[in-house]
Amino acid sequence: MCPSVIQVDVIIPTQTKYLDLIGSIGERIAKELDNFTGDREALAYQLNLVLTEATVNAIKHGNDNHPQDTVRISIHLFEQELNIKVYDHGQGFDLATIPAPDFDHPKESGMGIFLIRSLMDSVTYTRQQDCNVLEIIKYLK
Amino acid sequence: MNLNLEKISDISVLTINEERIDAHNSGELKEYLLQMIERGEKHIVVQLAHVRFIDSSGLGALLSGNKNIIAKSGKFALSNIQQQVMSMFELTRLNRVFEIYTDLNDAVKTET
Repeated sequence: MCPSVIQVDVIIPTQTKYLDLIGSIGERIAKELDNFTGDREALAYQLNLVLTEATVNAIKHGNDNHPQDTVRISIHLFEQELNIKVYDHGQGFDLATIPAPDFDHPKESGMGIFLIRSLMDSVTYTRQQDCNVLEIIKYLK
Repeated sequence: MNLNLEKISDISVLTINEERIDAHNSGELKEYLLQMIERGEKHIVVQLAHVRFIDSSGLGALLSGNKNIIAKSGKFALSNIQQQVMSMFELTRLNRVFEIYTDLNDAVKTET
């Protein structure tokens, strides 16, 4: 793959007060996409949302609310692709077992992964040596 | 979270004076709505004109308010939803669950 145009690496404490910061980075990146021909405002919102949901996921499920723990978010922007990786140090979970939402009986929680999957092109969650990584890809047209 | 509550006729209008509802402040919103309902409020309109971002936990907080007031035979509605925020309601099909009004006047006129 070609070298990335932009790479942003952020490490935050596992605290929800940093969600705004992480989401805002996504919004700003959407505005830097020179060749993107789609709805830029919509993409800005979507990246804000996806980064917010993925980070919440890592904070809540990944680190068992250990206050000294951190979440690492790595964003690579390539010519044709935006790649987001969110690393956590928790027990992890199986992406395949997360059910699709029941739209007729909506629940108050559990929509995060559904939103990420709906808005992005590829979502995987894998175990690495000492952490888990949620990898999200959006192809840019 | 910066919230403003006012009574218009018999309706409690809760205006959210925040640009962002996410997992950091949605718990507070949920709790505030639950307290309103426990106090006996029967008719709530949440005004979202200032909100330019909502995540799944924010949607969940509103859904909690909606469910709890309906369980007490009350009414719950949303008004003044910005376009990008509305797209979240559409994606999650929650636009079919909530009573949604374009602006507050419509909500008050129709609901009274």
